[in-house]
Amino acid sequence: MLALKGIPVSDGAAIAKAYCLVEPDLSYSKIMIQNDDAEILRLNAAIEHTQNEIEHIQAAATKKYGEDKGAIFGAHLLVLQDPELFVGVAQKIQSGMNAEHALDETAQFFIQMFEGMDNDYMKERAEDIRDVSKRVMAHLLGVELPDYSRIKEAVIIVAKDLTPSMTTQLDPTFVKGFITDIGGKTSHTAILARTMGIPAIVGAKSATMDIKHGEDLIMDGATGEIFIQPNHEQIVQYKKVEEENKQFQQQLAKYSELQSVSKDGYFVELAGNIGKPEDVASVLAVGGEGVGLFRTEFLYMDRLDLPSEEEQFTAYKEVLQALNGKPVVVRTLDIGGDKNLPYLNLPQEMNPFLGYRAIRLCLDRQELFRVQLRALLRASVYGNLKIMFPMIATLEEFRIAKEILFEEKEKLLVEGISVSEEIEIGLMIEIPSAAMIADLFAKEADFLSIGTNDLIQYTLAVDRMNENVSYLYQPYHPAILRLIKMIIDAGHAQGKWVGMCGEMAGDSIAVPILLALGLDEFSMSASSILNVRSQLATLSKEQLVPHIQNLLQLSTAQQVELAVKDILK
Amino acid sequence: MEKKFKITAPEGLHARPAALLVTAATPFLADITLDFKEKKANLKSIMGVMAQGVSPGSTIVISAQGSDEAEALQVIGDVIVSKGIGEEC
Repeated sequence: MLALKGIPVSDGAAIAKAYCLVEPDLSYSKIMIQNDDAEILRLNAAIEHTQNEIEHIQAAATKKYGEDKGAIFGAHLLVLQDPELFVGVAQKIQSGMNAEHALDETAQFFIQMFEGMDNDYMKERAEDIRDVSKRVMAHLLGVELPDYSRIKEAVIIVAKDLTPSMTTQLDPTFVKGFITDIGGKTSHTAILARTMGIPAIVGAKSATMDIKHGEDLIMDGATGEIFIQPNHEQIVQYKKVEEENKQFQQQLAKYSELQSVSKDGYFVELAGNIGKPEDVASVLAVGGEGVGLFRTEFLYMDRLDLPSEEEQFTAYKEVLQALNGKPVVVRTLDIGGDKNLPYLNLPQEMNPFLGYRAIRLCLDRQELFRVQLRALLRASVYGNLKIMFPMIATLEEFRIAKEILFEEKEKLLVEGISVSEEIEIGLMIEIPSAAMIADLFAKEADFLSIGTNDLIQYTLAVDRMNENVSYLYQPYHPAILRLIKMIIDAGHAQGKWVGMCGEMAGDSIAVPILLALGLDEFSMSASSILNVRSQLATLSKEQLVPHIQNLLQLSTAQQVELAVKDILK
Repeated sequence: MEKKFKITAPEGLHARPAALLVTAATPFLADITLDFKEKKANLKSIMGVMAQGVSPGSTIVISAQGSDEAEALQVIGDVIVSKGIGEEC
């Protein structure tokens, strides 16, 4: 048994045999040719075959995954038809090089040019050129590229890197996960894995060396852990955990029909966090009482350009209609930090989490922000829309964002487009400065939503991406609990509701505290809703409230955790 | 002949806008170039256009030379304006 670790980029766990994708041998010999016309004909034939091939894959990808993914291959076709590429190769052929040599040299020139650019988006385009030229090369050499659509048993794909044309041929019924040596969060492997809903681990460095074709693997796409040839115990352990999860879920199923209410009859709202319209189904399946966080940046990610107003309108309308009058809290674009949009060409930063992100970027690049607000306002008539702004640090930011929203609303009304009059406007409280003046925000906002992931990061000054300081990421730290109490009290003093949309809202130690503090809305991933609802049914708010003063006086997170466990006994 | 444009697409001349321009330029016989910061790129070459790295707010010149140059400039100009890539200046 050997364990490896890589970068987790798509959640889920899988157990299956390794299928190692081996690169076909595309080596060629450098020959001086005499008849350059014949050589150019050979090149043209190879390009024509490649064109048919890519068009075929494009059609399949569009059918399977939609226009956006098909567009990746549209970009490949443009590279293939690029006159600079063709002229470059043809000139080298005329100077006596054989087509293979000429193609390789020309493609390398462009690949190096794009890789040398100071821009992630451009660097990724080098992959497009590599992929296209590889196909042409295979046709020139008469080498057949392996056809992965022939895999007919459950496998975990292991490769140096995956190109889009490889991954699209794979049948999702049989492919249980991806592991690659290289790649990052925005690589094609990561994007397609998330679309296919299977786990993926990239950057596993020596995976192709350490893993042999046909070996048993266990992979965890949430932690990045890979177990090669797991021993009997580990397999039993994996299956046991899987089985327990299944049984537990079955027991929980009855709660999907029940209301979210404590043992002593105190109602709260349990809502789901979503990233795309298709995530709504899982929220509704567990009887979620709304959407507490629609992370709209996912509409902007994994694509080549900005989503249009119309595309966004369609997505927002779909979610609002599906929720059928239940609240939908939409967070405006929260990009920057760990979430980049290569096509926006944002500068690299020393401290991205403290830098140009979320509302800061939106207020600066209002042309982006206004498109999103228009789409939201237009969709507002289809349901119960609430809008919140992320990363607000000062009152001015909140006021300006609101003003821009009202300007866009006025414009729409002048254009004769109707907009709901009931839209609530709130903000995320995730920066300590905003938490400290939550009382002032509560006067100007319709609601407050506590974003705990960032609130913890900023309050404890802990980079949540840095493993060396991860021990400081402490949701139960007394400072966090006191801030949360301040925010909830500030909201309630102005008669405003207060929600929470971080991991903490679904945490079994935090839930009793939050219930006692009077939190109105808990928003979490759909998979946590039934857990929390079943826990709520065992808790009595009246019995918990007297403990709160004591909990807030404790000095460490560990003491808080022990005290809560003690109370729950 | 040539025309000047100011690029307004928020992402600049990458990805979709670049693809739209190349697709619009390709059918014409005329030689069409995109001039930006004293560098010329073939407007029929996706790699050439993207390598220019045209950022939003900058000004580019599109020149066409050949039998159908007038029509080419007209069509390309229409694409730039109607697809929200930029405005004529």
